[in-house]
Amino acid sequence: MTWLIEVDGRTCIGSGICAGTAPGHFTLVDGTSRPTRREADPADEAVDAAESCPVEAISIRDKETGEILAPQQ
Amino acid sequence: MTTVKPWSDLLGASERLDVAPAFDELREQPLCRVQLPYGEPAWLVTRYEDAKVVLGDPRFSRAAGAGRDEPRTRLHMGSPGNLLRLDPPEHSRLRRLVAKAFTARRVEQLRPRAQQVADHLVDRMLAAGPPTDLVEDFALPLPITVICELLGVPVEDRHDFRVWSDAFLSTTRFTPEEVAEHTGRMRDYMAGLIAERRKAPQDDLLSALVEARDQHDRLSEEELLTMAEGILVAGHETTASQIPNFVYVLLTHPQALAALRADPDLIPQAVEELMRYVPLGNGAGSARYALEDVELGGVTVRAGEPVVVALQSANRDGSVYTDPATLDLERKEASHIGFGHGPHHCLGAQLARMELQVALGTLLHRLPDLRFAASEEGTVWKTGVATRAPARMPIAWDQ
Repeated sequence: MTWLIEVDGRTCIGSGICAGTAPGHFTLVDGTSRPTRREADPADEAVDAAESCPVEAISIRDKETGEILAPQQ
Repeated sequence: MTTVKPWSDLLGASERLDVAPAFDELREQPLCRVQLPYGEPAWLVTRYEDAKVVLGDPRFSRAAGAGRDEPRTRLHMGSPGNLLRLDPPEHSRLRRLVAKAFTARRVEQLRPRAQQVADHLVDRMLAAGPPTDLVEDFALPLPITVICELLGVPVEDRHDFRVWSDAFLSTTRFTPEEVAEHTGRMRDYMAGLIAERRKAPQDDLLSALVEARDQHDRLSEEELLTMAEGILVAGHETTASQIPNFVYVLLTHPQALAALRADPDLIPQAVEELMRYVPLGNGAGSARYALEDVELGGVTVRAGEPVVVALQSANRDGSVYTDPATLDLERKEASHIGFGHGPHHCLGAQLARMELQVALGTLLHRLPDLRFAASEEGTVWKTGVATRAPARMPIAWDQ
């Protein structure tokens, strides 16, 4: 399974929670988070980051089905 | 290694909401060594970019402070299992259980209720007439009511848990014995509420946490207690401090106050600038321990050494903010780190923002010519606790 990881840069408030929680998946560029890779293997810490984002700016989807895996609604 | 200096020697005593001028010099120099009131010596970080590294980079750990005499401003170290004493992924496991209750989306759903509470408090102030104490009659009951309803704590118990909460934040106000006694009472109280929720679940966060514990085994009983206490204490104390702090700053900056009165749409950005401008913490934040040697701020922080961050200095960093000591409600620069940064970024940040917006909006809209009752000198400041705020702030208005 491959995941698609996205960050909505307009919603992101640059809290740094994701980059500190899943440093392999997120990085801050000029104070705003970006995924280090758009496609990634499943990883718990990426879900932790998406579920911890205070403005729900991160989304993780299944690349094949498009199903939203995190954050939970 | 450079000389260790006590915080008070480096920075002097700060009155009211003043930020120590010595920070301006410290930001120009390599990291220095500091002795906080409690715990072992530490490196002191004063620059914005360095602060973000220490708070956000996994090479700096909170969990590694376990078993160490952590450098700290407050007497109480925080209970084991407290979110602030853990690193990801343990930290993430616990934070995820509560993060959903504090997202921007969920907090917006609480805004009408917060507005209703604020309006009710102002109705009472108007009925009683000026002067009134902004702290007791508005700043405390607003966030306390909101967090109590969210968590599921009876708001009528607030006079008890307020004293207990002060003990968590005590620097010198209480003796170690008193801190132990008050924090113990808070624990007994919370254990009692948890037992009630086990018997009769309600639609509140405490019941959700009990369910996460009992049905899904996602946290221990100790973690459940610590989480509930942490949310109750942190969920009201900081906002209750920032409401009078913000009003104080505005009343002593008449131009900014006039601008805000003229254009209430400025309130959200005014809250951000006030978060940057106001030095809420009276000292440094929780220590981070380097997990490996890290080059930072002109020195090598060795593996195992603790580092503390002065947020009030980072938020006044002239390399990030033009005229950092000036309150500028239309500032467009980098976001402040008043809510911290990284995995421990304030859990309640969105809630605090909403409550502060509601508080300022309501006070400015409904109390014409809001002012100090006599003069600024009538404001009595707290002493011996880790947050700076008025203990009493008599205000008046045109009735």
